[in-house]
Amino acid sequence: MINYLPILALFVLAIAFAFGTILLSHLIGPKNSYKEKLSPYECGMPPVGNTRERFPIKFYIIAMLFIIFDIEGVFMIPWAVVFKRLGMFGFIEMAVFIAILLIGLAYVWKKGALEWE
Amino acid sequence: MTEFIIIMLVKMFVIFGAVMLTMTYITLAERKILGYMQIRPGPNRVGPWGLLQPIADGIKLFLKEDIIPDKASKVVFVIAPAMALIPAVMTLAVIPFGPAVTIMGRQVDVYMADVNIGILYIFAVSSIGVYGIVLAGWSSESKYSLLGGLRSSAQMISYELSMGFALVGVIMMSQSLSMVKIIEAQKGVWFIVPQFFGFIIYITAAIAELNRTPFDLPEGESELVAGYFTEYSSMKYAMFMLGEYINIISVSGIVTTLYLGGWSGPILPPLAWFMIKLLAVVFFMIWVRATYPRFRYDQLMTFGWKVLLPASIANILLTPVFMKIFGYL
Repeated sequence: MINYLPILALFVLAIAFAFGTILLSHLIGPKNSYKEKLSPYECGMPPVGNTRERFPIKFYIIAMLFIIFDIEGVFMIPWAVVFKRLGMFGFIEMAVFIAILLIGLAYVWKKGALEWE
Repeated sequence: MTEFIIIMLVKMFVIFGAVMLTMTYITLAERKILGYMQIRPGPNRVGPWGLLQPIADGIKLFLKEDIIPDKASKVVFVIAPAMALIPAVMTLAVIPFGPAVTIMGRQVDVYMADVNIGILYIFAVSSIGVYGIVLAGWSSESKYSLLGGLRSSAQMISYELSMGFALVGVIMMSQSLSMVKIIEAQKGVWFIVPQFFGFIIYITAAIAELNRTPFDLPEGESELVAGYFTEYSSMKYAMFMLGEYINIISVSGIVTTLYLGGWSGPILPPLAWFMIKLLAVVFFMIWVRATYPRFRYDQLMTFGWKVLLPASIANILLTPVFMKIFGYL
């Protein structure tokens, strides 16, 4: 576990640096705010409507597909580490796994989930 | 134990400081190179050859007014820029800048940690960076920010897949996840040769991950003003820039380690070789920015899912063939 100590130390440094500089510049910088400055930027016009609008469902589908494919990718990494020891058997096993993955991709593709109109 | 902690802390501050300095000058180099590629001199007023420009920029950003919009979710709005920076800094922990050198009679490695899951750690930590962006877009309560944040997160997670699959090829050849072991596995031939397709896929996906041209739609200034950081000012804005440029350094470091043989090279010391290769990759990214126009968003997503993803999976299946050809099997 001692190997991970530098990572923890760097994490503390990163947090201290990030929030430290934000706080410091907040304290040092001028404060001269008025209503127009604090309103959301919309090219100089008064903001119209609510920001929390509906957004295309495409983004949701992409996020869902990402989770599925990312988990498949995570399965491949331990396999890759012992790839040589597993030999031909391991490769064919993974080829079958990837084939199933590709069928999934083909299905998603055919269904039009990857189209952006 | 005390000695270990002191060495660790010194190394941490030296690496952090060196990366910060390199990063500020990469911003200048980028503006200069882009300038010369467009036949104009770039920044040249502050100091000789514009060398003090990054420092002037830093001071300016630091002294600017810190605006928090009325409608913004205040806590998230403040945390988001820090969340963009912290993962970027944390990836630096496992980048192997050079092998052990002797300083004052002690063997000191020029990297902070060599964990046996190195590459997995980088992959895990760097993907946290997307939270900073999506939260920044969401908490600003501005339409440009929200759209920029959404676009950016969809783009980053799409290209992360291809990036992960491209890595599998390297891991198959090196049989290890440790960054140092991956460099040692490239004693004979750099992985860019047997993993050439993997290299192209990785660097394309990495440029998309970094939201850089030609994949910089989240910041597409002609349609979204500045994307997810439209509402940010002062040092909070600078956090996103710092995060982006530190990410450029760490991605270049990863490419150097995985595909370009890391610190190995003749005559010059290993650290110098690592920096030369790293800066060459940085230059390549700037060159790409000067060369290519921006994608359209549907082209971007189509390219990621229909070209890069199948190509990266094909690369995994082809890797054993390349391993056979180059005598790894």
